[in-house]
Amino acid sequence: MDTIKYDTRPFKLLKNEQIADGIFEWTVENDELCRLAKCGQFANIKVPGKTLRRPISICDAADTTLRFVFQVKGEGTKIMSEMKVGDTVEILAPLGHGFTVEKGKRYCFVGGGIGVPPLLYSAKQAENPLVITGFRNKDLVILQDDFKAAGAEVVLATDDGSAGVHGFVTDVLKERLNGIDVVCACGPTPMLKAVANVCRSKVECQVSLEERMGCGIGACLVCACRTKPRDGEEFMSQVCRHGPVYNAEEVFFDV
Amino acid sequence: MSDLKVNVCGVEFNNPLIAASGTFGFGREFSEFYPLSVFGGVSSKGITLKPRLGNPAPRIAETESGILNAVGLQNPGVDHFIEFDLPWLKEQNTVIIANIAGNTVEDYCAMAEKLSDTDIDFVEMNISCPNVKSGGVQFGTSCESVGTITDAVRKHCKKPLMVKLSPNVTDIVSIAKSAEFYGADAISMINTLTGMRIDINTRRPIIRNNTGGLSGAAVFPVAVRMVNQVYNAVKIPIIGMGGISKWQDAVEMLLAGATALQIGTILFNDPYAPVKISDGIKEYLDNNHFKSVTELTGKVQLW
Ligand SMILES: Cc1cc2nc3c(=O)[nH]c(=O)nc-3n(C[C@H](O)[C@H](O)[C@H](O)COP(=O)(O)OP(=O)(O)OC[C@H]3O[C@@H](n4cnc5c(N)ncnc54)[C@H](O)[C@@H]3O)c2cc1C
Ligand SMILES: Cc1cc2nc3c(=O)[nH]c(=O)nc-3n(C[C@H](O)[C@H](O)[C@H](O)COP(=O)(O)O)c2cc1C
Ligand code: FES
Repeated sequence: MDTIKYDTRPFKLLKNEQIADGIFEWTVENDELCRLAKCGQFANIKVPGKTLRRPISICDAADTTLRFVFQVKGEGTKIMSEMKVGDTVEILAPLGHGFTVEKGKRYCFVGGGIGVPPLLYSAKQAENPLVITGFRNKDLVILQDDFKAAGAEVVLATDDGSAGVHGFVTDVLKERLNGIDVVCACGPTPMLKAVANVCRSKVECQVSLEERMGCGIGACLVCACRTKPRDGEEFMSQVCRHGPVYNAEEVFFDV
Repeated sequence: MSDLKVNVCGVEFNNPLIAASGTFGFGREFSEFYPLSVFGGVSSKGITLKPRLGNPAPRIAETESGILNAVGLQNPGVDHFIEFDLPWLKEQNTVIIANIAGNTVEDYCAMAEKLSDTDIDFVEMNISCPNVKSGGVQFGTSCESVGTITDAVRKHCKKPLMVKLSPNVTDIVSIAKSAEFYGADAISMINTLTGMRIDINTRRPIIRNNTGGLSGAAVFPVAVRMVNQVYNAVKIPIIGMGGISKWQDAVEMLLAGATALQIGTILFNDPYAPVKISDGIKEYLDNNHFKSVTELTGKVQLW
């Protein structure tokens, strides 16, 4: 036991900036773990003073850095938004199964609100992807330039029409489904359900789910999602380990 | 150099720390961080006779210095455990405790019998799960039912038997005495305290089961008090748990009367906690000239 050092997976906070109303962006650094990240995976971030870590998706990854974009919702994310550049943050990452992005297929990424960030690193893995992003209003719009820089065609929609197309992402998706092989979606559950309905029996659809978590690694079974694999029996899967990304047809959206 | 080894009912643990049931699965996930031998023992996820799907999500809510959970004993069943999880666990160089739960006395007896023929080291009988509709906690809340079930399971169990007590009772001492009288070899305590959190925006309980079991630092003083009371009333060893989060808590729980310890919720915050806690205990022993961790058990001097 004496040989084990306290590998608490420290990351250094390199950047902490507000990028939209109540939305912050972090860049963190760690020499070993960042390069392991695959698109659509997440991190479980230790917040000083809180019993539970906060699960946040990996927005973008490089050799020694990870980027997160998060919305201040409650106390934990508030504390995160106030942490200082240079601080050490304990992060378990990368975790879970992300999006499957294969060569030779045309991808469409559909994101709603704070569900948009996890799609950036994923869109970077695809060839000429279409990215449909939806927000409540213009003050919440994020990452448009990042997607463009990644070579994606980006469509912006807002619920109130204050920027881009007036309407929901599913309205745009319905019109653009032609020529798409796979849809990858992240956002609020009603949006995911609607996207899954649009895709059903037309194109493959992958959805990234959220659930309240404990351990974040598949041991405590609190992050349950009723799932029925195509060739298997129904079971309670763990969003942190089998997910957060599932094939939409495998998921029971209503418990 | 001080010695961290403890012996509970003839079973030797390399150190007094045991992974608490339900927070650790069957150990595979945490073995990605360190060899499971950093723990003296591992208590399995609560196992039932037949597989269980558990409760719908959300199953967890954060509280001030703690959490509520209502997993509802999701598990693959005892046969699956014996066939697929036990052989792997057996290679991990740590004591294996099979935590069992059931709906009827017969369920518990049947599981104890199956497990008696395996390589597990200990049976932990959970009669205190607050998150399932029938069984579980109902066995753990009266002296009669604790007596009946301990007596019955004892007859079917060839392994050392530890009975896990619920804190959701008026008199935990008489319950512990009843378990001891009817043949328990050890007592583990405490399971979670039933609680509730409400989302003020949706005006719904956060946990889908409405209520859940409170664990983590918030319950620690309650656990210390109960362990001490039971220590003063029974002769069998106590495995103390409930909110242990740092080595100082571990020492405190030993002083209160525990022979070994389980840690659960802290693992969600810091998976490396067992390494830090056992190093901390060792340093405390050295600094205070104790040769063995066993010297701490029950050493509190009450006023
Ligand atoms: C796999 C995954 C990826 C995520 N990615 C992002 C992301 O990239 N950006 C982002 O802004 N948010 C993301 N979330 C949601 C984020 O985890 C929550 O908004 C955050 O935990 C809220 O914490 P809080 O302390 O501010 O809120 P509080 O409400 O005070 O939190 C209380 C407890 O509930 C949990 N909780 C509350 N809301 C959620 C939720 N929606 N999902 C899971 N747990 C929750 C918290 O983790 C905490 O344990 C993700 C969630 C999951 C499961
Ligand atoms: C998510 C979770 C699941 C649990 N499942 C079980 C279980 O299956 N059987 C059991 O006896 N106790 C179970 N417990 C209770 C713990 O084993 C322990 O008694 C309790 O959490 C107090 O210790 P702690 O504060 O260190 O977590 C569970 C606790 C948690 C947090
Ligand atoms: S959070 Fe523990 S299993 Fe998913």
